Amino acid sequence: MGNIKYILGSFGDPDEMMHGIDKLQENNISIHDVYTPMPIHGIEAKLGVKRSKLDIAAFFFGITGTITMLSFVYYAAAWDWPINIGGKPHFALPDFIPITFELTILFCAFGLVGSYYASTHLFPGRAPRVMDLRATDDRFIIAIDATQNAEHTKIDGLLKEAGALEIKYNERKYVSYE
Amino acid sequence: MGTHNYNLTEQFEFTGKVKTLSIVAIVIGLAAIGYGFSDHELHERTFANLLLMAYYFATVCMSGAFFLAIQFVAQAGWSAAILRVPQAMAKTLPIAALILLIVVGAGLYTHNLYHHWNAEGLTDPSSPNYDKIIDGKSSFLNVPFFMFREVLFLGVYSFCAVLFARLSYNEDLSGGLNSYNRSFKYSAMFLVFYGFTTPIFSFDTIMSLEAHWFSTMFGWYNFASMWVSSLAIIAVVLILLRKAGYMQFVNNSHLHNLGQFIFGFSIFWTYVWFAQFLLIYYANMPEETVYFFKRFEYYKFWFYLNLFLNFLVPVFLLMDRDNKRKENTLLTISILVIAGHWVDFYQMIMPGTVESHNGFGFVEIGTAVGFVGLFTFTVLTSLSKQPLIAKNHPFLQESLNHHL
Repeated sequence: MGNIKYILGSFGDPDEMMHGIDKLQENNISIHDVYTPMPIHGIEAKLGVKRSKLDIAAFFFGITGTITMLSFVYYAAAWDWPINIGGKPHFALPDFIPITFELTILFCAFGLVGSYYASTHLFPGRAPRVMDLRATDDRFIIAIDATQNAEHTKIDGLLKEAGALEIKYNERKYVSYE
Repeated sequence: MGTHNYNLTEQFEFTGKVKTLSIVAIVIGLAAIGYGFSDHELHERTFANLLLMAYYFATVCMSGAFFLAIQFVAQAGWSAAILRVPQAMAKTLPIAALILLIVVGAGLYTHNLYHHWNAEGLTDPSSPNYDKIIDGKSSFLNVPFFMFREVLFLGVYSFCAVLFARLSYNEDLSGGLNSYNRSFKYSAMFLVFYGFTTPIFSFDTIMSLEAHWFSTMFGWYNFASMWVSSLAIIAVVLILLRKAGYMQFVNNSHLHNLGQFIFGFSIFWTYVWFAQFLLIYYANMPEETVYFFKRFEYYKFWFYLNLFLNFLVPVFLLMDRDNKRKENTLLTISILVIAGHWVDFYQMIMPGTVESHNGFGFVEIGTAVGFVGLFTFTVLTSLSKQPLIAKNHPFLQESLNHHL
């Protein structure tokens, strides 16, 4: 059993899986991650998953868009080629609010799509990496790092007791679609 | 997860300090109005303030009914446990509507309000006061038709608002889905009527104070004001009830949802406000810019304070997730938004009535305090008539377990 990297407990029922997480945590077995085909309420709190920083990223992408547009408009309309339009000042702020707003949204949206791809290692042409293919279909998977938790038979027993339908010992971290 | 055991028959008791304070506030309001009417110079300003607060009161209660209707039509689950608060506001609407009708009617017949289109000889070509523009609008802006519209709109809104409350009460007694399905049906009809008539309602009540000027955005701008201030008031009432030991089933996910609503509709308000401003600013036509000219000449401070309180404050303070979930922070921001929409209505109404003779003193503060007291008194009275939770609402469990 020397080459085993991850132990995967595969559950058919989300409640049983949540129960399995409790059982493992009671026995001080650290859980690498949990994969489910659908979102489950309260699981982040149970696993101690930190809140996503995507909102902070969104703010900074947005503010970048705002600054980009305002500086470009200032350069174009007031610095490089000032034109008198209806007697208004060259840098008439209200006129440029709509386009600034649009660019804020655009930068924010593109930035978030980019950060999503970067953080999930998912972009066009790349085969997605998954630990168990059925986690995308009908199984709820608890993954345990086998190198950090030595008592494999105990883990095996705990998972079975909690109702795992199948237990896998993976020698590679990911089974990908490749 | 799992089911919680909350007392589903919990009832609000309206007694003690809150009741005394609300009555004191009403007395202060009456004193301010009495003071305003004792001085002849202050008549018009008092009327303008009465209109402001009566309009604010009525539209907030209207939006309570609107909140209920949206929740039913969207078949929303999260709000099932908090519906009694907007319901209490909706049940108050008949009183608020009556007060608004009295103020509008009295202002109209004493010529203290609406004198831009309702004065001697404006529509008579032989009169020296003849005004061609007003004459052209007179088939719409004439006293009988104006009062008919006011009564019709407020009547239908009040009828539906009371109906929603009654259906919910029937649900408490008999259970089943019958009340819910009927609420759904009436809500859908109410929303269609409400959507088409609120712009006309605000054109009449507020925009016709300056009858020479018009803006088609004005109706939506008003709708945004009343809706976002109503949401803020719902949040304030919920938080204060929680602090007083009631409604412990309201968790911070409910507050989060309300906070998101306030945040989103504050941005919507700014969007509509700006859509109205930008077109006028850009086109620069004298008959349109006169509106903002007045606000810039005599109300510059209020003009900027309006944008500060209703845009910058909610956007920057409610953007953060934690601020929407913390009771005290949300309470403070909601109160700022409520005050902000007072400023908003102030600079909608004052330039058309008292023009440059505006002020901010006992009349303004006293009237506002009086109506806050009246709102507290009437809403809490109707809240205390029923249990604080609609125990047979089909989505109640979803709402009690609401988690974001």
